[in-house]
Amino acid sequence: MDEVFIAVKDLTYIYNRDNAGGYRALSGIDLEVKAGEFLVIAGPNGSGKSTLARLFNAMLKPSGGRVIVAGMDTMIPENVWEIRRRVGMVFQNPDNQIVSSLVEEDAAFGAENLGLPAEEVQKRVAETLRLTGLSQYASHAPHLLSGGQKQKLAIAGVLVMRPSCLVLDEPTSMLDPAGRDELMETLIRLNRTMKVTVVLVTHFMEEAVLADRVVVLSDGRIAISGPPAMVFAEVELLAGIGLKLPAALEIAHGLRKRGFPLPQEILTIYDLLAYFKNKALED
Amino acid sequence: MLSGISLGQYIPGDSLLHRLDPRTKVIGVLAAAVSILAFANWQGFLLAALLTLTALLVSKLPPGIILGSLKSLWLLLVITFLLQAFLTPGTLLAVLGPLKISREGMFAAVEIVLRLALLILIAFLPTLTTPPIKLTAGLESIISPLRRLGVPAHELAMMMTLALRFIPTLLQEAEVVISAQRSRGAGFTTGSPARWARSLLPLFVPLFAGALRRANDLAVAMESRCYRGGANRTRMNALKFSAADYVVIGVTMAVLAGVIALRFV
Repeated sequence: MDEVFIAVKDLTYIYNRDNAGGYRALSGIDLEVKAGEFLVIAGPNGSGKSTLARLFNAMLKPSGGRVIVAGMDTMIPENVWEIRRRVGMVFQNPDNQIVSSLVEEDAAFGAENLGLPAEEVQKRVAETLRLTGLSQYASHAPHLLSGGQKQKLAIAGVLVMRPSCLVLDEPTSMLDPAGRDELMETLIRLNRTMKVTVVLVTHFMEEAVLADRVVVLSDGRIAISGPPAMVFAEVELLAGIGLKLPAALEIAHGLRKRGFPLPQEILTIYDLLAYFKNKALED
Repeated sequence: MLSGISLGQYIPGDSLLHRLDPRTKVIGVLAAAVSILAFANWQGFLLAALLTLTALLVSKLPPGIILGSLKSLWLLLVITFLLQAFLTPGTLLAVLGPLKISREGMFAAVEIVLRLALLILIAFLPTLTTPPIKLTAGLESIISPLRRLGVPAHELAMMMTLALRFIPTLLQEAEVVISAQRSRGAGFTTGSPARWARSLLPLFVPLFAGALRRANDLAVAMESRCYRGGANRTRMNALKFSAADYVVIGVTMAVLAGVIALRFV
């Protein structure tokens, strides 16, 4: 778990660098993504989190500093396609990343682009559709799938390239609560059982609770980084950035302020319920 | 209101025609179309008509669907018939006021309508019996030898695939825009043609803006999935000719040869 998969060193990114009106989206970012880790990059709109995601798979090139993926520098053109194979990207809008009018053909797209033989492509497509729970929809048209299923198809579409890491840029923001749960459950399963590194970019703090580590961006800089319990303890800092605490943490924080000594490990509503149940039994 | 576009749309089935390689169907239909355009006597017509009829029967498509394609193009048939009948000079058959019908005109009119009807019937067979994605793969394979002449075969096929993929999405979006604007009092079906056309503008502007945004997102997503054009790309379902494909190509070519030979008898 300690092997570094993506190393970001003193990264700066400026949009429209050549013009006078250049916009500095990221500055001085130092970050390491460990192999097998579930990392959440959180931040309000305009904090630079989507830009950072696109620097991970060489869709954008750093204006300053370095991004090294599995030892490969994203600035070197020869590395680009291997980096994109290793770092699978899933985007916000489920409709705008599906290329084919047939689910299995869409899942095959990435593998076909790698020039794999037909049998290998078929094998991988069957496998990834099974992993994402879409096997029964193989010959369906994607526009008939639900939002959550479309995002799972997008995940299948990158898993077929056998990436070591999934980067998801606000994948749940256009989904209903059921689709959101479905997607999070799939991500956690892939991370735990397949040891896929997951980098989830989001502005929903509820999703950050499930991560191994949370990095909070604000105005293109890292504001705070650490395990969820540690990050969520910084209530004033998060509020200043404009991030809303998950409901359970909001309650816990309010209770603490009124003099109830609740432990910092409480992150979800279930933790909170379990704590009160134990408390009731003790009393 | 927008889902009624069905002319030539794929009808799932399990006939011999459904199972043929898409390239066979395209080549076969081209050969049949040339035969239909080339016959010069009734023997040739019989051969071409027999081929068309056999293909229709083998396809096992419901007759309603087959006649539907003729029905939707009936105006074309009627106009062609009238033009041929009235405008061909020759021995007079009848006079209707300023219009004269000649014997030659009647013959020419019947002939051209027969040709057109056969063409329409056979032309929709490939799209009716092949899923669009397979048809696209077939077309790409057929035009790929032209790559050396600078024809972007892969790019054309990819454009078709993406267009097919996004037609339902854009239709759904159009429905949403229409509902949104109706709920604010816009009318899309009332008024004079000029007003009607103007009322479509607020529909098309958001639709176009949306399509451009989608295209941008899609390009990023495709590149992220290692897409870099047609070179080195493989396909999951490679096209393969079976014995039936060779037989079908043989038969259609024989009919074409027969029709052309009959011109010289």
